[in-house]
Amino acid sequence: MKRRFKDIVAFASGRLFLIFVNALALLIFCGLLLKAAPILQTVSLTDLLFSSVWHPMKHQFGLFPFIVSTLAVTLLAMLMAIPVCLFASIYLAEYASRRFREVSRLIIDILAGIPSVIYGLCGILVIVPFVAVVGEYLGVSTTGYSLLAGGLVLAVMVIPFIIAISVEVLRMIPGPFRESALALGATKWETVKYVVLKKAAKGLVAAVVLGFARAFGETMAVLMVVGNVAQAPSSIFDPAYPLPALIANNYGEVMSIPLYDAALMSAALILMTVVALFSLTAHYALSRLGDHND
Amino acid sequence: MNRRKLEENFFKFLMALSLGLVFLALAGIILIVLIKGLSSLSWSMIFETPKGGYYLGGEGGIANAIVGSLYLVAGATVLALIISLPVALALQKEYLGKRFADITRLVLDILWGTPSIVYGAFGFVVMVWLGLRASLLGGIIVLTLLMIPIMTRAMDEAVRLVPYELKEMAYAMGTTRFETTLAVVLRQAFPGVCTGVILAVGRGIGDAASILFTAGYTDEIPRSLFDPVASLPLAVFFQSGTPVPEVQARAFTAALILLVIVLVINIVARLLGWRFSKNIVR
Repeated sequence: MKRRFKDIVAFASGRLFLIFVNALALLIFCGLLLKAAPILQTVSLTDLLFSSVWHPMKHQFGLFPFIVSTLAVTLLAMLMAIPVCLFASIYLAEYASRRFREVSRLIIDILAGIPSVIYGLCGILVIVPFVAVVGEYLGVSTTGYSLLAGGLVLAVMVIPFIIAISVEVLRMIPGPFRESALALGATKWETVKYVVLKKAAKGLVAAVVLGFARAFGETMAVLMVVGNVAQAPSSIFDPAYPLPALIANNYGEVMSIPLYDAALMSAALILMTVVALFSLTAHYALSRLGDHND
Repeated sequence: MNRRKLEENFFKFLMALSLGLVFLALAGIILIVLIKGLSSLSWSMIFETPKGGYYLGGEGGIANAIVGSLYLVAGATVLALIISLPVALALQKEYLGKRFADITRLVLDILWGTPSIVYGAFGFVVMVWLGLRASLLGGIIVLTLLMIPIMTRAMDEAVRLVPYELKEMAYAMGTTRFETTLAVVLRQAFPGVCTGVILAVGRGIGDAASILFTAGYTDEIPRSLFDPVASLPLAVFFQSGTPVPEVQARAFTAALILLVIVLVINIVARLLGWRFSKNIVR
Protein backbone atom coordinates (compact mmCIF):
# COMPACT_ATOMS: atom_id res chain seq x y z
CA MET A 1 0.00 0.00 0.00
CA LYS A 2 2.87 2.31 0.82
CA ARG A 3 4.50 1.57 -2.53
CA ARG A 4 1.31 2.33 -4.34
CA PHE A 5 0.98 5.60 -2.43
CA LYS A 6 4.50 6.62 -3.43
CA ASP A 7 3.71 5.88 -7.04
CA ILE A 8 0.63 8.08 -6.92
CA VAL A 9 2.53 10.93 -5.27
CA ALA A 10 5.25 10.69 -7.93
CA PHE A 11 2.63 10.69 -10.66
CA ALA A 12 0.86 13.73 -9.25
CA SER A 13 4.02 15.76 -8.77
CA GLY A 14 5.19 14.86 -12.28
CA ARG A 15 1.90 16.17 -13.65
CA LEU A 16 2.30 19.36 -11.66
CA PHE A 17 5.70 20.11 -13.20
CA LEU A 18 4.37 19.22 -16.66
CA ILE A 19 1.54 21.69 -16.27
CA PHE A 20 4.00 24.32 -15.07
CA VAL A 21 6.17 23.95 -18.18
CA ASN A 22 3.17 24.18 -20.49
CA ALA A 23 1.82 27.15 -18.57
CA LEU A 24 5.20 28.87 -18.80
CA ALA A 25 4.90 29.41 -22.55
CA LEU A 26 1.40 30.78 -22.13
CA LEU A 27 2.51 32.93 -19.21
CA ILE A 28 5.37 34.52 -21.17
CA PHE A 29 3.09 35.23 -24.09
CA CYS A 30 0.28 36.67 -21.95
CA GLY A 31 2.70 38.64 -19.80
CA LEU A 32 4.17 40.35 -22.86
CA LEU A 33 0.71 40.88 -24.35
CA LEU A 34 -0.58 42.48 -21.16
CA LYS A 35 2.42 44.82 -20.98
CA ALA A 36 2.25 45.69 -24.68
CA ALA A 37 -1.51 46.34 -24.73
CA PRO A 38 -1.42 50.00 -23.52
CA ILE A 39 0.46 51.08 -26.63
CA LEU A 40 -2.43 50.05 -28.86
CA GLN A 41 -4.71 52.52 -27.13
CA THR A 42 -2.57 55.45 -28.32
CA VAL A 43 -1.07 54.11 -31.53
CA SER A 44 -2.95 52.02 -34.08
CA LEU A 45 -1.57 48.62 -34.98
CA THR A 46 -0.78 49.69 -38.55
CA ASP A 47 1.07 52.75 -37.27
CA LEU A 48 3.01 50.63 -34.81
CA LEU A 49 4.07 48.16 -37.48
CA PHE A 50 4.41 50.36 -40.56
CA SER A 51 5.23 53.88 -39.41
CA SER A 52 8.86 54.92 -39.69
CA VAL A 53 8.68 57.69 -37.11
CA TRP A 54 10.43 56.71 -33.88
CA HIS A 55 10.26 59.57 -31.38
CA PRO A 56 9.56 58.07 -27.95
CA MET A 57 9.66 61.55 -26.40
CA LYS A 58 6.80 62.68 -28.64
CA HIS A 59 4.86 59.43 -28.24
CA GLN A 60 5.53 58.30 -31.77
CA PHE A 61 6.39 54.64 -31.85
CA GLY A 62 6.86 53.36 -35.39
CA LEU A 63 8.59 50.01 -35.33
CA PHE A 64 8.95 49.80 -39.12
CA PRO A 65 12.70 50.61 -39.33
CA PHE A 66 13.42 47.99 -36.70
CA ILE A 67 11.26 45.34 -38.33
CA VAL A 68 12.88 45.99 -41.71
CA SER A 69 16.33 45.87 -40.12
CA THR A 70 15.60 42.56 -38.42
CA LEU A 71 14.28 41.00 -41.61
CA ALA A 72 17.13 42.38 -43.72
CA VAL A 73 19.91 41.25 -41.42
CA THR A 74 18.35 37.80 -40.99
CA LEU A 75 17.72 37.28 -44.71
CA LEU A 76 21.23 38.44 -45.56
CA ALA A 77 22.67 35.99 -43.05
CA MET A 78 20.54 33.13 -44.37
CA LEU A 79 21.52 33.93 -47.96
CA MET A 80 25.17 33.51 -47.05
CA ALA A 81 24.66 30.59 -44.68
CA ILE A 82 22.40 28.32 -46.78
CA PRO A 83 24.84 27.30 -49.56
CA VAL A 84 27.66 26.68 -47.08
CA CYS A 85 25.38 24.65 -44.82
CA LEU A 86 23.96 22.62 -47.71
CA PHE A 87 27.33 21.62 -49.15
CA ALA A 88 29.00 21.05 -45.79
CA SER A 89 26.18 18.85 -44.51
CA ILE A 90 26.01 16.84 -47.76
CA TYR A 91 29.70 16.15 -47.42
CA LEU A 92 29.40 15.15 -43.77
CA ALA A 93 26.35 12.95 -44.29
CA GLU A 94 27.15 11.33 -47.65
CA TYR A 95 30.86 11.41 -48.34
CA ALA A 96 32.72 11.57 -45.03
CA SER A 97 34.01 8.53 -43.18
CA ARG A 98 32.42 7.72 -39.85
CA ARG A 99 35.46 8.93 -37.97
CA PHE A 100 35.68 12.25 -39.81
CA ARG A 101 31.95 12.76 -39.31
CA GLU A 102 32.26 12.29 -35.57
CA VAL A 103 35.21 14.65 -35.25
CA SER A 104 33.41 17.25 -37.36
CA ARG A 105 30.30 16.83 -35.28
CA LEU A 106 32.33 17.69 -32.18
CA ILE A 107 33.81 20.77 -33.86
CA ILE A 108 30.39 21.93 -35.03
CA ASP A 109 28.87 21.40 -31.59
CA ILE A 110 31.66 23.48 -30.07
CA LEU A 111 31.06 26.25 -32.62
CA ALA A 112 27.35 26.19 -31.85
CA GLY A 113 28.09 26.49 -28.12
CA ILE A 114 30.31 29.58 -28.30
CA PRO A 115 28.54 32.48 -26.52
CA SER A 116 27.20 35.18 -28.80
CA VAL A 117 29.17 37.99 -27.18
CA ILE A 118 32.35 36.26 -28.34
CA TYR A 119 31.05 36.17 -31.91
CA GLY A 120 30.26 39.87 -31.53
CA LEU A 121 33.70 40.66 -30.16
CA CYS A 122 35.45 38.87 -33.04
CA GLY A 123 33.04 40.60 -35.40
CA ILE A 124 34.15 44.02 -34.14
CA LEU A 125 37.79 43.06 -34.58
CA VAL A 126 37.63 41.34 -37.98
CA ILE A 127 34.35 41.77 -39.82
CA VAL A 128 33.67 45.45 -39.16
CA PRO A 129 37.07 46.62 -40.53
CA PHE A 130 36.69 44.15 -43.40
CA VAL A 131 33.33 45.63 -44.36
CA ALA A 132 34.80 49.14 -44.08
CA VAL A 133 37.60 48.18 -46.46
CA VAL A 134 35.21 46.56 -48.94
CA GLY A 135 32.98 49.65 -48.75
CA GLU A 136 35.91 51.95 -49.41
CA TYR A 137 36.99 49.79 -52.34
CA LEU A 138 33.49 50.03 -53.81
CA GLY A 139 33.36 53.76 -53.17
CA VAL A 140 30.66 53.66 -50.49
CA SER A 141 31.16 55.62 -47.31
CA THR A 142 30.68 53.30 -44.36
CA THR A 143 32.05 52.92 -40.87
CA GLY A 144 31.86 49.16 -41.18
CA TYR A 145 29.16 48.96 -38.50
CA SER A 146 26.48 47.95 -40.97
CA LEU A 147 23.81 45.56 -42.11
CA LEU A 148 26.46 43.52 -43.95
CA ALA A 149 28.61 43.16 -40.82
CA GLY A 150 25.57 42.04 -38.83
CA GLY A 151 24.61 39.58 -41.56
CA LEU A 152 28.11 38.11 -41.72
CA VAL A 153 28.39 37.62 -37.97
CA LEU A 154 24.91 36.12 -37.86
CA ALA A 155 25.73 33.78 -40.75
CA VAL A 156 28.80 32.45 -38.93
CA MET A 157 26.63 31.93 -35.85
CA VAL A 158 23.77 30.01 -37.46
CA ILE A 159 25.89 27.86 -39.81
CA PRO A 160 26.86 25.25 -37.18
CA PHE A 161 23.27 25.21 -35.90
CA ILE A 162 21.81 24.49 -39.35
CA ILE A 163 24.52 21.97 -40.29
CA ALA A 164 23.90 19.93 -37.13
CA ILE A 165 20.20 19.51 -37.98
CA SER A 166 20.76 19.01 -41.74
CA VAL A 167 23.23 16.18 -41.18
CA GLU A 168 20.71 14.44 -38.91
CA VAL A 169 18.04 14.86 -41.58
CA LEU A 170 20.24 13.48 -44.37
CA ARG A 171 21.32 10.53 -42.26
CA MET A 172 17.66 9.61 -41.76
CA ILE A 173 17.19 8.84 -45.47
CA PRO A 174 17.34 5.02 -45.70
CA GLY A 175 20.32 3.46 -47.49
CA PRO A 176 18.36 1.41 -50.10
CA PHE A 177 17.30 4.64 -51.86
CA ARG A 178 20.95 5.46 -52.51
CA GLU A 179 21.80 1.89 -53.47
CA SER A 180 19.13 1.71 -56.15
CA ALA A 181 20.36 4.92 -57.74
CA LEU A 182 23.99 3.81 -57.58
CA ALA A 183 23.04 0.42 -59.08
CA LEU A 184 21.52 2.24 -62.05
CA GLY A 185 24.93 3.76 -62.72
CA ALA A 186 24.46 7.19 -61.17
CA THR A 187 27.53 8.90 -59.78
CA LYS A 188 27.56 9.72 -56.10
CA TRP A 189 26.70 13.36 -56.73
CA GLU A 190 23.85 12.38 -59.05
CA THR A 191 22.51 10.09 -56.35
CA VAL A 192 22.61 12.97 -53.90
CA LYS A 193 21.08 15.41 -56.37
CA TYR A 194 18.24 13.25 -57.73
CA VAL A 195 17.45 10.97 -54.78
CA VAL A 196 18.75 12.09 -51.40
CA LEU A 197 18.04 15.82 -51.70
CA LYS A 198 14.57 15.14 -53.07
CA LYS A 199 13.77 12.84 -50.17
CA ALA A 200 15.29 15.17 -47.60
CA ALA A 201 13.92 18.45 -49.00
CA LYS A 202 11.28 18.92 -46.33
CA GLY A 203 13.67 18.25 -43.49
CA LEU A 204 16.32 20.54 -44.95
CA VAL A 205 13.77 23.33 -45.25
CA ALA A 206 12.87 22.74 -41.61
CA ALA A 207 16.55 23.03 -40.67
CA VAL A 208 16.77 26.35 -42.51
CA VAL A 209 13.56 27.57 -40.89
CA LEU A 210 14.94 26.75 -37.45
CA GLY A 211 18.13 28.59 -38.35
CA PHE A 212 16.07 31.57 -39.46
CA ALA A 213 14.20 31.59 -36.16
CA ARG A 214 17.46 31.41 -34.26
CA ALA A 215 18.96 34.28 -36.27
CA PHE A 216 15.80 36.39 -36.01
CA GLY A 217 16.03 36.70 -32.25
CA GLU A 218 19.81 36.83 -31.85
CA THR A 219 20.67 39.90 -29.83
CA MET A 220 24.17 40.56 -28.56
CA ALA A 221 26.38 39.60 -31.48
CA VAL A 222 24.28 41.61 -33.94
CA LEU A 223 23.90 44.55 -31.57
CA MET A 224 27.67 44.86 -31.32
CA VAL A 225 28.36 45.19 -35.06
CA VAL A 226 25.21 46.48 -36.73
CA GLY A 227 25.51 50.20 -35.95
CA ASN A 228 22.16 50.82 -34.24
CA VAL A 229 20.79 53.82 -36.16
CA ALA A 230 17.00 54.07 -36.10
CA GLN A 231 16.21 54.25 -39.82
CA ALA A 232 15.34 51.67 -42.42
CA PRO A 233 18.64 50.76 -44.15
CA SER A 234 18.74 51.41 -47.89
CA SER A 235 21.95 49.51 -48.69
CA ILE A 236 23.86 46.69 -47.04
CA PHE A 237 26.56 49.19 -46.03
CA ASP A 238 24.07 51.27 -44.03
CA PRO A 239 23.76 50.82 -40.29
CA ALA A 240 20.61 49.04 -39.14
CA TYR A 241 18.75 48.62 -35.86
CA PRO A 242 17.07 45.22 -35.36
CA LEU A 243 14.28 44.65 -32.82
CA PRO A 244 16.34 42.67 -30.28
CA ALA A 245 18.99 45.40 -30.24
CA LEU A 246 16.27 48.01 -29.72
CA ILE A 247 15.02 46.17 -26.64
CA ALA A 248 18.51 45.51 -25.27
CA ASN A 249 19.72 49.10 -25.72
CA ASN A 250 16.71 50.88 -24.28
CA TYR A 251 15.04 48.70 -21.73
CA GLY A 252 17.08 50.02 -18.80
CA GLU A 253 15.96 53.64 -19.07
CA VAL A 254 12.35 53.37 -20.21
CA MET A 255 10.70 54.20 -16.93
CA SER A 256 10.83 57.98 -17.42
CA ILE A 257 8.79 57.99 -20.65
CA PRO A 258 5.23 56.69 -20.53
CA LEU A 259 4.35 53.97 -23.04
CA TYR A 260 8.00 53.44 -23.96
CA ASP A 261 8.10 50.12 -22.16
CA ALA A 262 4.83 49.10 -23.81
CA ALA A 263 6.42 49.81 -27.21
CA LEU A 264 9.45 47.69 -26.34
CA MET A 265 7.19 44.92 -25.04
CA SER A 266 5.33 44.90 -28.33
CA ALA A 267 8.73 44.47 -30.03
CA ALA A 268 9.42 41.47 -27.77
CA LEU A 269 5.95 40.13 -28.53
CA ILE A 270 6.61 40.38 -32.28
CA LEU A 271 9.89 38.52 -31.84
CA MET A 272 8.32 35.76 -29.79
CA THR A 273 5.34 35.33 -32.12
CA VAL A 274 7.42 35.13 -35.29
CA VAL A 275 9.91 32.72 -33.77
CA ALA A 276 7.13 30.54 -32.32
CA LEU A 277 5.44 30.31 -35.73
CA PHE A 278 8.70 29.28 -37.36
CA SER A 279 9.43 26.71 -34.65
CA LEU A 280 5.93 25.31 -35.08
CA THR A 281 6.39 24.90 -38.83
CA ALA A 282 9.76 23.22 -38.44
CA HIS A 283 8.48 20.97 -35.65
CA TYR A 284 5.75 19.54 -37.88
CA ALA A 285 8.00 19.18 -40.92
CA LEU A 286 10.60 17.31 -38.85
CA SER A 287 8.16 15.11 -36.93
CA ARG A 288 6.71 13.70 -40.17
CA LEU A 289 10.14 12.99 -41.61
CA GLY A 290 10.32 9.53 -40.06
CA ASP A 291 7.92 7.89 -42.53
CA HIS A 292 9.17 7.26 -46.06
CA ASN A 293 6.24 5.29 -47.39
CA ASP A 294 5.66 7.25 -50.58
CA MET B 1 31.00 10.44 -69.18
CA ASN B 2 33.69 13.01 -68.68
CA ARG B 3 31.17 15.75 -67.97
CA ARG B 4 29.53 13.69 -65.24
CA LYS B 5 32.85 13.12 -63.55
CA LEU B 6 33.64 16.82 -63.83
CA GLU B 7 30.34 17.68 -62.17
CA GLU B 8 31.08 15.24 -59.37
CA ASN B 9 34.49 16.78 -58.76
CA PHE B 10 33.18 20.33 -58.99
CA PHE B 11 30.59 19.75 -56.29
CA LYS B 12 33.05 17.84 -54.17
CA PHE B 13 35.29 20.88 -54.34
CA LEU B 14 32.42 23.14 -53.25
CA MET B 15 31.73 20.82 -50.31
CA ALA B 16 35.33 20.80 -49.21
CA LEU B 17 35.39 24.59 -49.50
CA SER B 18 32.24 24.98 -47.38
CA LEU B 19 33.45 22.65 -44.69
CA GLY B 20 36.85 24.33 -44.75
CA LEU B 21 35.16 27.70 -44.17
CA VAL B 22 33.33 26.32 -41.13
CA PHE B 23 36.51 24.90 -39.59
CA LEU B 24 38.35 28.11 -40.43
CA ALA B 25 35.71 30.11 -38.55
CA LEU B 26 36.24 28.05 -35.40
CA ALA B 27 40.03 28.19 -35.68
CA GLY B 28 39.82 31.95 -36.33
CA ILE B 29 37.63 32.66 -33.33
CA ILE B 30 39.75 30.58 -30.96
CA LEU B 31 43.01 32.09 -32.26
CA ILE B 32 41.75 35.68 -32.09
CA VAL B 33 40.43 35.29 -28.55
CA LEU B 34 43.55 33.43 -27.46
CA ILE B 35 46.07 35.89 -28.90
CA LYS B 36 44.21 39.05 -27.95
CA GLY B 37 43.13 37.68 -24.59
CA LEU B 38 46.49 36.37 -23.41
CA SER B 39 48.09 39.80 -23.72
CA SER B 40 46.32 41.15 -20.64
CA LEU B 41 45.71 37.89 -18.81
CA SER B 42 47.27 37.91 -15.35
CA TRP B 43 46.60 36.55 -11.89
CA SER B 44 45.19 39.88 -10.80
CA MET B 45 42.67 39.74 -13.71
CA ILE B 46 41.31 36.48 -12.33
CA PHE B 47 41.53 37.04 -8.58
CA GLU B 48 40.87 40.75 -8.08
CA THR B 49 37.75 42.84 -8.35
CA PRO B 50 37.94 46.15 -10.27
CA LYS B 51 39.70 48.89 -8.32
CA GLY B 52 39.29 52.65 -8.68
CA GLY B 53 39.92 53.77 -12.26
CA TYR B 54 39.73 50.20 -13.61
CA TYR B 55 37.53 51.27 -16.50
CA LEU B 56 40.12 53.89 -17.48
CA GLY B 57 42.90 51.33 -17.58
CA GLY B 58 43.65 51.18 -13.82
CA GLU B 59 44.37 48.24 -11.54
CA GLY B 60 42.09 45.35 -10.79
CA GLY B 61 40.50 42.32 -12.42
CA ILE B 62 37.23 40.67 -13.25
CA ALA B 63 36.85 38.31 -10.32
CA ASN B 64 33.44 39.93 -9.76
CA ALA B 65 32.27 38.71 -13.17
CA ILE B 66 33.78 35.24 -12.86
CA VAL B 67 32.29 34.60 -9.42
CA GLY B 68 29.02 36.27 -10.48
CA SER B 69 28.66 34.01 -13.50
CA LEU B 70 29.35 30.94 -11.36
CA TYR B 71 26.75 32.02 -8.77
CA LEU B 72 24.16 32.70 -11.45
CA VAL B 73 24.67 29.44 -13.29
CA ALA B 74 24.94 27.31 -10.15
CA GLY B 75 21.64 28.65 -8.84
CA ALA B 76 19.89 28.36 -12.17
CA THR B 77 21.19 24.83 -12.78
CA VAL B 78 19.85 23.54 -9.46
CA LEU B 79 16.43 25.14 -10.01
CA ALA B 80 16.21 24.04 -13.65
CA LEU B 81 17.21 20.48 -12.71
CA ILE B 82 14.49 20.32 -10.05
CA ILE B 83 11.91 21.20 -12.68
CA SER B 84 13.34 19.49 -15.78
CA LEU B 85 14.02 16.01 -14.45
CA PRO B 86 10.45 15.33 -13.24
CA VAL B 87 9.07 16.70 -16.51
CA ALA B 88 11.34 14.49 -18.62
CA LEU B 89 10.38 11.43 -16.55
CA ALA B 90 6.68 12.31 -16.57
CA LEU B 91 6.78 12.39 -20.37
CA GLN B 92 7.19 8.57 -20.41
CA LYS B 93 4.25 6.83 -21.96
CA GLU B 94 3.33 5.02 -18.74
CA TYR B 95 2.53 8.37 -17.21
CA LEU B 96 1.18 10.40 -20.04
CA GLY B 97 -1.12 10.03 -23.05
CA LYS B 98 0.46 10.56 -26.46
CA ARG B 99 -1.54 13.70 -27.14
CA PHE B 100 -0.50 15.58 -24.03
CA ALA B 101 3.10 14.38 -24.45
CA ASP B 102 3.21 15.62 -28.05
CA ILE B 103 1.82 19.00 -27.05
CA THR B 104 4.36 19.32 -24.23
CA ARG B 105 7.23 18.50 -26.59
CA LEU B 106 5.95 21.10 -29.04
CA VAL B 107 5.72 23.71 -26.26
CA LEU B 108 9.26 22.83 -25.17
CA ASP B 109 10.50 23.26 -28.74
CA ILE B 110 8.88 26.68 -28.90
CA LEU B 111 10.36 27.69 -25.55
CA TRP B 112 13.73 26.36 -26.70
CA GLY B 113 13.63 28.61 -29.76
CA THR B 114 12.39 31.71 -27.94
CA PRO B 115 15.08 34.42 -28.13
CA SER B 116 16.87 35.06 -24.85
CA ILE B 117 16.09 38.79 -25.05
CA VAL B 118 12.41 37.82 -24.77
CA TYR B 119 13.17 35.87 -21.59
CA GLY B 120 15.02 38.94 -20.37
CA ALA B 121 12.09 41.25 -21.05
CA PHE B 122 9.61 38.82 -19.49
CA GLY B 123 11.88 38.30 -16.50
CA PHE B 124 12.03 42.03 -15.98
CA VAL B 125 8.23 42.28 -16.02
CA VAL B 126 8.02 39.53 -13.40
CA MET B 127 10.65 41.23 -11.26
CA VAL B 128 8.85 44.57 -11.35
CA TRP B 129 5.68 42.75 -10.39
CA LEU B 130 7.44 41.05 -7.46
CA GLY B 131 9.11 44.34 -6.45
CA LEU B 132 12.63 43.02 -7.12
CA ARG B 133 15.46 45.14 -8.48
CA ALA B 134 18.20 43.81 -10.77
CA SER B 135 19.75 41.16 -8.55
CA LEU B 136 21.33 37.73 -8.28
CA LEU B 137 17.88 36.27 -7.62
CA GLY B 138 16.40 37.93 -10.73
CA GLY B 139 19.26 36.65 -12.88
CA ILE B 140 18.89 33.14 -11.50
CA ILE B 141 15.15 33.11 -12.20
CA VAL B 142 15.58 34.20 -15.81
CA LEU B 143 18.45 31.80 -16.48
CA THR B 144 16.36 28.99 -14.98
CA LEU B 145 13.56 29.71 -17.45
CA LEU B 146 16.09 29.79 -20.28
CA MET B 147 17.67 26.48 -19.25
CA ILE B 148 14.48 24.48 -18.58
CA PRO B 149 13.62 23.72 -22.23
CA ILE B 150 17.22 22.85 -23.16
CA MET B 151 17.60 20.49 -20.21
CA THR B 152 14.18 18.90 -20.50
CA ARG B 153 14.44 18.16 -24.22
CA ALA B 154 17.88 16.58 -23.85
CA MET B 155 16.74 14.47 -20.87
CA ASP B 156 13.55 13.48 -22.67
CA GLU B 157 15.61 12.17 -25.60
CA ALA B 158 17.73 10.11 -23.18
CA VAL B 159 14.71 8.74 -21.31
CA ARG B 160 12.98 7.81 -24.56
CA LEU B 161 15.98 5.76 -25.65
CA VAL B 162 15.60 3.35 -22.72
CA PRO B 163 14.29 0.11 -24.29
CA TYR B 164 10.71 -0.67 -23.31
CA GLU B 165 11.56 -4.37 -22.90
CA LEU B 166 13.87 -3.43 -20.05
CA LYS B 167 11.04 -1.67 -18.24
CA GLU B 168 8.68 -4.56 -18.96
CA MET B 169 11.06 -6.90 -17.18
CA ALA B 170 10.87 -4.72 -14.09
CA TYR B 171 7.09 -4.50 -14.34
CA ALA B 172 6.85 -8.27 -14.67
CA MET B 173 8.49 -8.53 -11.27
CA GLY B 174 5.75 -6.44 -9.77
CA THR B 175 7.41 -3.03 -9.44
CA THR B 176 5.43 0.17 -9.64
CA ARG B 177 6.06 2.78 -12.34
CA PHE B 178 7.89 4.97 -9.82
CA GLU B 179 10.20 2.16 -8.72
CA THR B 180 10.96 1.22 -12.32
CA THR B 181 11.69 4.85 -13.11
CA LEU B 182 14.13 5.13 -10.24
CA ALA B 183 15.84 1.77 -10.57
CA VAL B 184 15.87 1.20 -14.33
CA VAL B 185 15.09 4.31 -16.34
CA LEU B 186 17.16 6.83 -14.39
CA ARG B 187 20.14 4.52 -14.27
CA GLN B 188 19.96 3.81 -17.98
CA ALA B 189 19.39 7.41 -18.95
CA PHE B 190 22.02 8.79 -16.58
CA PRO B 191 24.66 9.73 -19.19
CA GLY B 192 22.03 11.48 -21.29
CA VAL B 193 20.71 13.33 -18.25
CA CYS B 194 24.23 14.50 -17.37
CA THR B 195 24.86 15.63 -20.92
CA GLY B 196 21.60 17.56 -20.90
CA VAL B 197 22.48 19.35 -17.68
CA ILE B 198 25.95 20.25 -18.90
CA LEU B 199 24.72 21.52 -22.26
CA ALA B 200 22.22 23.75 -20.48
CA VAL B 201 25.00 25.05 -18.23
CA GLY B 202 27.03 25.89 -21.33
CA ARG B 203 24.15 27.83 -22.84
CA GLY B 204 23.33 29.56 -19.57
CA ILE B 205 26.81 30.76 -18.73
CA GLY B 206 27.29 32.42 -22.11
CA ASP B 207 23.95 34.14 -22.38
CA ALA B 208 24.07 37.90 -22.06
CA ALA B 209 20.75 39.17 -23.39
CA SER B 210 18.60 37.51 -20.75
CA ILE B 211 20.52 38.85 -17.75
CA LEU B 212 21.13 42.31 -19.17
CA PHE B 213 18.28 43.90 -17.19
CA THR B 214 17.64 41.22 -14.62
CA ALA B 215 21.05 40.66 -13.00
CA GLY B 216 22.51 44.14 -13.32
CA TYR B 217 26.26 44.76 -13.09
CA THR B 218 28.47 45.67 -10.16
CA ASP B 219 32.13 45.77 -9.17
CA GLU B 220 31.41 43.89 -5.95
CA ILE B 221 30.98 40.19 -5.38
CA PRO B 222 27.34 39.85 -4.24
CA ARG B 223 26.75 39.12 -0.55
CA SER B 224 23.05 38.25 -0.76
CA LEU B 225 20.49 37.10 -3.30
CA PHE B 226 19.17 40.65 -3.57
CA ASP B 227 22.47 42.29 -4.55
CA PRO B 228 23.14 42.99 -8.21
CA VAL B 229 25.71 40.69 -9.77
CA ALA B 230 28.30 40.95 -12.55
CA SER B 231 28.71 38.24 -15.17
CA LEU B 232 31.33 37.24 -17.74
CA PRO B 233 29.30 37.79 -20.93
CA LEU B 234 28.30 41.25 -19.76
CA ALA B 235 31.91 41.95 -18.75
CA VAL B 236 32.87 41.19 -22.36
CA PHE B 237 30.06 43.35 -23.70
CA PHE B 238 30.55 46.41 -21.50
CA GLN B 239 34.34 46.44 -21.74
CA SER B 240 34.31 46.11 -25.53
CA GLY B 241 32.12 49.22 -25.69
CA THR B 242 34.57 51.55 -23.90
CA PRO B 243 36.95 53.83 -25.81
CA VAL B 244 40.01 52.96 -23.67
CA PRO B 245 42.29 50.44 -25.47
CA GLU B 246 43.48 48.77 -22.23
CA VAL B 247 39.89 48.09 -21.25
CA GLN B 248 39.03 46.79 -24.73
CA ALA B 249 41.93 44.36 -24.45
CA ARG B 250 40.45 43.19 -21.17
CA ALA B 251 37.22 42.41 -22.99
CA PHE B 252 39.21 39.78 -24.86
CA THR B 253 40.63 38.45 -21.61
CA ALA B 254 37.10 38.09 -20.23
CA ALA B 255 36.12 36.42 -23.51
CA LEU B 256 39.07 34.05 -23.21
CA ILE B 257 38.04 33.00 -19.69
CA LEU B 258 34.43 32.53 -20.85
CA LEU B 259 35.53 30.58 -23.92
CA VAL B 260 37.75 28.26 -21.85
CA ILE B 261 34.87 27.59 -19.44
CA VAL B 262 32.46 26.83 -22.31
CA LEU B 263 34.97 24.60 -24.12
CA VAL B 264 35.73 22.64 -20.96
CA ILE B 265 31.99 22.24 -20.29
CA ASN B 266 31.43 20.93 -23.83
CA ILE B 267 34.29 18.47 -23.69
CA VAL B 268 33.35 17.21 -20.22
CA ALA B 269 29.78 16.66 -21.45
CA ARG B 270 31.01 14.45 -24.26
CA LEU B 271 33.52 12.54 -22.14
CA LEU B 272 30.86 11.89 -19.50
CA GLY B 273 28.45 10.58 -22.10
CA TRP B 274 31.14 8.28 -23.44
CA ARG B 275 32.38 7.13 -20.01
CA PHE B 276 28.99 6.23 -18.56
CA SER B 277 27.55 4.71 -21.69
CA LYS B 278 29.69 1.60 -21.03
CA ASN B 279 27.12 0.25 -18.56
CA ILE B 280 24.10 0.88 -20.74
CA VAL B 281 21.96 -1.83 -22.31
CA ARG B 282 20.92 -0.93 -25.85
